Amino acid sequence: MNLTLKVWRQQDAQQPGRMVDYPVAGIIPDMSFLEMLDVVNEGLIAKGEEPIAFDSDCREGICGTCSLVINGRAHGGQKGTTACQLHMRHFQDGDTITVEPWRARAFPVLRDLVTDRGAFDRIIQAGGFVSVNTGGTPDANALPIAKVDSDLAMDAAACIGCGACVAACKNASAMLFVAAKVSHLSLLPQGQVERERRVSAMVAQMDAEGFGNCTVTGSCEAACPKEISLNFIARLNREYGVALLKGVN
Amino acid sequence: MNLDSKIPAGPLAAKWDKHKFDMKLVNPANKRKFDVIVVGSGLAGASAAATMAELGYRVKCFCFQDSPRRAHSIAAQGGINAAKSYQNDGDSVYRLFYDTIKGGDFRAREANVYRLAQVSVNIIDQCVAQGVPFAREYGGLLSNRSFGGAQVSRTFYARGQTGQQLLLGAYQALSRQIGHGAVKMFPRTEMVDVVVIDGLAKGIVARDLVTGELSTHAADAVVLATGGYGNVFFLSTNAKGCNVTATWRAYKKGAVFANPCYTQIHPTCIPVSGDHQSKLTLMSESLRNDGRVWVPKQKGDKRSSDQVPEADRDYFLERKYPSFGNLAPRDISSRAAKEVCDEGRGVGPGGLGVYLDFADAIKRLGEDTVRERYGNLFDMYEKITGENAYRAPMRIYPAVHYTMGGSWVDYNLMSSLPGMFVIGEANFSDHGANRLGASALMQGLADGYFILPYTIGNYFASTKQSKPNVNHPEFKKALESAQAMTKKLLSIQGKRTVTSFHRELGKVMWEKCGMARTAQSLQEALKRIPELREEFWQNVKVTGENNSLNQDLEAAGRVADFLEFGELLCRDALMREESCGGHFRVEHQHPDGEAKRDDDNFAFVGAWEYQGPDKTPLLNKEPLVYDEVHMSTRSYK
Amino acid sequence: MNINKLFKSSVGRKFIMAITGMAMFLFVVAHMVGNLQIFLGAEEINRYGAFLQGNVELLWPARIGLLVIISLHIWSAVRLTAENRAARPQPYARHELVVASYASRTMMMSGLIIFAFIIFHLLHYTVQVQAVNFTGQDFKGLEDAQHRHDVFKMIILGFRNPVVSLFYIVAMSLLFLHLSHGVGAMFQSLGWRNPAYAPLIARFAVAATWLVFLGYISIPIAVLLFGYGSQYVGLSK
Repeated sequence: MNLTLKVWRQQDAQQPGRMVDYPVAGIIPDMSFLEMLDVVNEGLIAKGEEPIAFDSDCREGICGTCSLVINGRAHGGQKGTTACQLHMRHFQDGDTITVEPWRARAFPVLRDLVTDRGAFDRIIQAGGFVSVNTGGTPDANALPIAKVDSDLAMDAAACIGCGACVAACKNASAMLFVAAKVSHLSLLPQGQVERERRVSAMVAQMDAEGFGNCTVTGSCEAACPKEISLNFIARLNREYGVALLKGVN
Repeated sequence: MNLDSKIPAGPLAAKWDKHKFDMKLVNPANKRKFDVIVVGSGLAGASAAATMAELGYRVKCFCFQDSPRRAHSIAAQGGINAAKSYQNDGDSVYRLFYDTIKGGDFRAREANVYRLAQVSVNIIDQCVAQGVPFAREYGGLLSNRSFGGAQVSRTFYARGQTGQQLLLGAYQALSRQIGHGAVKMFPRTEMVDVVVIDGLAKGIVARDLVTGELSTHAADAVVLATGGYGNVFFLSTNAKGCNVTATWRAYKKGAVFANPCYTQIHPTCIPVSGDHQSKLTLMSESLRNDGRVWVPKQKGDKRSSDQVPEADRDYFLERKYPSFGNLAPRDISSRAAKEVCDEGRGVGPGGLGVYLDFADAIKRLGEDTVRERYGNLFDMYEKITGENAYRAPMRIYPAVHYTMGGSWVDYNLMSSLPGMFVIGEANFSDHGANRLGASALMQGLADGYFILPYTIGNYFASTKQSKPNVNHPEFKKALESAQAMTKKLLSIQGKRTVTSFHRELGKVMWEKCGMARTAQSLQEALKRIPELREEFWQNVKVTGENNSLNQDLEAAGRVADFLEFGELLCRDALMREESCGGHFRVEHQHPDGEAKRDDDNFAFVGAWEYQGPDKTPLLNKEPLVYDEVHMSTRSYK
Repeated sequence: MNINKLFKSSVGRKFIMAITGMAMFLFVVAHMVGNLQIFLGAEEINRYGAFLQGNVELLWPARIGLLVIISLHIWSAVRLTAENRAARPQPYARHELVVASYASRTMMMSGLIIFAFIIFHLLHYTVQVQAVNFTGQDFKGLEDAQHRHDVFKMIILGFRNPVVSLFYIVAMSLLFLHLSHGVGAMFQSLGWRNPAYAPLIARFAVAATWLVFLGYISIPIAVLLFGYGSQYVGLSK
């Protein structure tokens, strides 16, 4: 396959970036999208140019590191697929493909396609946990949990924190990410005692990071590689509403 | 070097409890006077950092990823073992201990493994309390499944994402401590050296991967939780960023490296599709619970799988190992697959693959049940190969997955460099020559939650401490040597890319020191690797600058270490004139092709001691003494 | 109740948006039901008009309430929109909003035009400024036989102007667009949507939106196309 890539190049967070065209030849349909970029980079290095910086690690769709907007769609728009699992067989010979970083004020570009998603970590640090220390916990079977609740919690917990929801949202909102963690923990009995405090603190941190607001367009759900449901955002709103009514700070 | 394992005296079952009592404690008010550096934020690192911060130590945690949540523990699919015996099927701490020792082919320390089995129980309690959504039955209690190398169901799981859920549990515990200010987190920061002052590890030099800035950090103890070295093979199931740099550079500072030749080849991975391949993807071993492994009986049978009648199929695992069948341990299953492919009976392009067939399971359980159990794995398989495994069998082939070797540590998880502790996959301690499925998560969390936080206190309380200071000349020296290495890498400006060296090294390792090793192949590798290393330092091309985000430079540093480490791995494999677990020497096998262990001469831990650049390392032996179990020939027939 | 967080947090402002939206939706439905009485004849609608106007103690609190609601709705919309713009300072070279509906992406636009229409509508039929009704008649002076304000005649005369009717229909189309996203979204924003109710909410949203649209436009269409009430106002079709 021969392709034309239009890639965002940016030296660092301070300098402005621009789209640069790269002709690419000899791509095999069995390659993953990132392996295609590896090929491009090997060519650039051989020419003495700096390779395109992009984040990736596990390359099996679970670590959430890869973060490319491909042809205007987070992770390339294949249902339930991260960019590292996207294969070139979904493209046609002769295609022009645009590749951009996640774009959000809360995710500043560090270089080329690499962004800083520390905002997500700070949201979790604000309250995305159950406050138990190591040791002294009851027997795991002491607390029966209905399978439906446990399964639903798992649906939410499947979030890989990649940020595709933010990238896909027209408002760069992080509601799906926050909703997934709030739902996961509020669905389980272990997470009950601090559920109001948790949702309140996490939303406050989300706001402080400068994400946009949810206008219920559904783009996040469609882009999510783990197919986290929009229903969890309703659950987040519900949790927040209860916290508000109870006057939790 | 005298390798003192510091195994407590007394009966096996009482060792850990007695040791916990014997260890000195640091009183709560004094804990906040101790600084601990944790390098790595996977299961072991995150759990250790969180737990030590909860205890009151001042912790700094470093990871090269952009967030601690991305460490490669996240990719573990199948589950975590624990001797809870919830299934009433005869499990016990002793049985988990025995299975692990036997699975490790009698090359692990009894005392460590017994302790691991003991604390496995607490891990599940801890994780459930954190909100890890393990699979449950309709009655609300936890569900279990069986796994390779065991005849009981003791594996806890969260769909096919157990590693992810456990890591998120540890990450959340860590995040809580970061939020409290008890842990200072350094993401996108790579450790480049350990600083040793008066024979004690007292800090590290780290590189900020965004700015390129080198910084020094002093501490009373350094904990490495930096994972395994599977990427020395280039193609492995490890994440792209996994590397040996931390433990290797510690090795050069005096932390001996044990059993590097014990590498685990996982039987159920998606076969290589071409030269472009950047990594291999594992399909959880849990698939073997319901999938049947087979190849055609006739070599060169090119019929598609549905055209091969039952009579022409060879379910070789069921045939060779009737009592364990498709659940034979990883090393055995991998080698069996290699054998049938070497006979020319492999399937798929290049003949490097065997079928993993779910037709029977779908017939027996229905497609929905199979989908519920393994749906995400089937989806993953389809994404990568474009094939639907509900219709046709999967094709699988073994790939490098886990490394049992690592920094040598004593019972307290301290390396031979005092003050430096090594936990999780980065150490060598618990899996012997082969790790059983669902035991890596168990070990990482055991070390991090329940072992290191105790033993590190004993170190603080029983060692005369001088307060470390980054102004010490040793810090300056380490900083300068790190700067010099970066400068050198950037100044070579040769013709070959870093990846091309890594790929070639990987090829040498896989072909000469992979699933089957011979003295000759190892000698060839030992000749080729130094040449390749020489060429690397003459001819590598690293683009960009030091003072910015430079992924090419990051990779170059890691590959430079792999080029040294690969040689040690082959040297260890050549030294070990026996076959055991993940180490198979073709010269040492029984007539039926089974591994032939040599307990008389090789029942020891081989720990290599650095002697200086280009000098042959020194082999130290820690004898393995088995008081409790009899060293039998491992049989899964 | 944490009032501070209600106004200061993103989710809290979405609650304000949803609650005020819901109140206005209910008003819109009630208003439509009232208006539809025009099809019962002059007597009914004029009686209804006199009833509404006759209770000042209820009328003005209702009007002030509606003013507060609409102000909060617009205030939160402006705040949210400004934040949403700021959340992505560097736009994409290419961004495909595949599932985001047209309605969901144009809420601000449809909302502002509807707001402009409401001002016109108030001047037209409530304040009855002669200059904006384009009929040359003073609506204030219309009285029926019982000396009540002749609402029926006012509406018929008003809608006989094709430009006014067209603007009305356009505004109702935009209201349709606005509600087609808004009715469902308010359940989501208030957290009242869950997998069990989601299909029901979706069907309710579609049905309610269509009913409001058809109910409102039926009046200008009846007047303009079918000459409804032409005899009453003493003019030909």
